[in-house]
Amino acid sequence: MGEVIVVTSGKGGVGKTTTTANLGTGLASHGKKVCLVDADIGLRNLDVVMGLENRIVFDIVDVTSGVCRTRQALIKDKRYESLHLLPAAQTKDKTAVNPDQMRELCEELKQEFDFVIIDCPAGIEQGFKNAIAGADKAIVVTTPEVSAVRDADRIIGLLEAADLREPKLIINRYRTKMVNRGDMMSIDDMNEILAIDLLGVVPEDEQVVVTTNKGETVVRDDKSQSGQAYRNITRRILGENVPLLNLEEPGGLLNALRKMIGMR
Amino acid sequence: MLDFLNRFFGRETASSKNVAKERLRLVLVHDRANVSPELLSSLKNDLIKVISNYMEIDEKALEVSLDSNDQQVALVANIPVKRMKRTKSLA
Ligand SMILES: Nc1ncnc2c1ncn2[C@@H]1O[C@H](COP(=O)(O)OP(=O)(O)OP(=O)(O)O)[C@@H](O)[C@H]1O
Ligand SMILES: [Mg+2]
Repeated sequence: MGEVIVVTSGKGGVGKTTTTANLGTGLASHGKKVCLVDADIGLRNLDVVMGLENRIVFDIVDVTSGVCRTRQALIKDKRYESLHLLPAAQTKDKTAVNPDQMRELCEELKQEFDFVIIDCPAGIEQGFKNAIAGADKAIVVTTPEVSAVRDADRIIGLLEAADLREPKLIINRYRTKMVNRGDMMSIDDMNEILAIDLLGVVPEDEQVVVTTNKGETVVRDDKSQSGQAYRNITRRILGENVPLLNLEEPGGLLNALRKMIGMR
Repeated sequence: MLDFLNRFFGRETASSKNVAKERLRLVLVHDRANVSPELLSSLKNDLIKVISNYMEIDEKALEVSLDSNDQQVALVANIPVKRMKRTKSLA
């Protein structure tokens, strides 16, 4: 029996879809059977981020409304045999699915997959309620900005009210340079304010955009810092104890020195 | 360490992250109080329990609220006391 994890945020555009795609790919690279579910009905995104947009035949609404069987709607990933995507419907809206149907769908997927990861739409309305309905655990993604953190706080309250206890936090688009000069909230600041377990910190990284442009995931990019961050988060989800990534500027003098004397 | 240096050089209040933190702190006090009206009633019940150890209070007239202006938020409690309990000798 697998577990269902919802990736949510409240505020839009903070990195839910990016995180879903990378964690799914990361888990699959460890041999896990993974199903990604795009719950952002009407704003289908996960398919293009995964580079699977040309393979869609059926979607989530086809499944919940009985047009096809679940199996038929699942799209196999390009690289990992064990990774699948259930795409959102693009021409319907959030009301095309209800929480009971989502619960049922998650129950079914859990029988077959080790991990079911749900990409939640922004907001706190029906789309959010659908996305969390069948979830066992929640990951809250935020960026170190006032509005995103405020929304994350609201979401944490709503998750707990829905009995999704102990959500885990991912801080995305972290910029060490700005933090160091006091112009961005630090990891400690965020921990102090939100006071939930930190699952990981993903730096702001152009490689996220570069890989996404190509329909690939940065977690497979060995050289990028954000890829390393997602690989670490993947291992934490698998229960390993992985220390936080050192996010100091790789080009910094101190790091150059460290590298020279073999401290890295 | 950096925090310390910043403070040392008097940047602590000037840095934009501290402005962000302070604004967040205030806004979240409001948000959290709004999200859970149950919070106040549960706080009220706990208060009654604790205070009843020391005095008899008028539970029905008890009022608890969050008062706020843009500078700060205060927890205001108005608790009518009916009778003090006799102090037992403190061991
Ligand atoms: N760590 C990062 N560094 C640089 N760019 C990033 C990073 N994370 C996400 N992005 C970019 O930010 C944009 C929004 O990301 P994404 O689509 O994952 O957010 P979302 O939370 O799913 O948005 P929505 O609420 O619209 O569904 C994308 O263009 C993505 O490439
Ligand atoms: Mg998205």
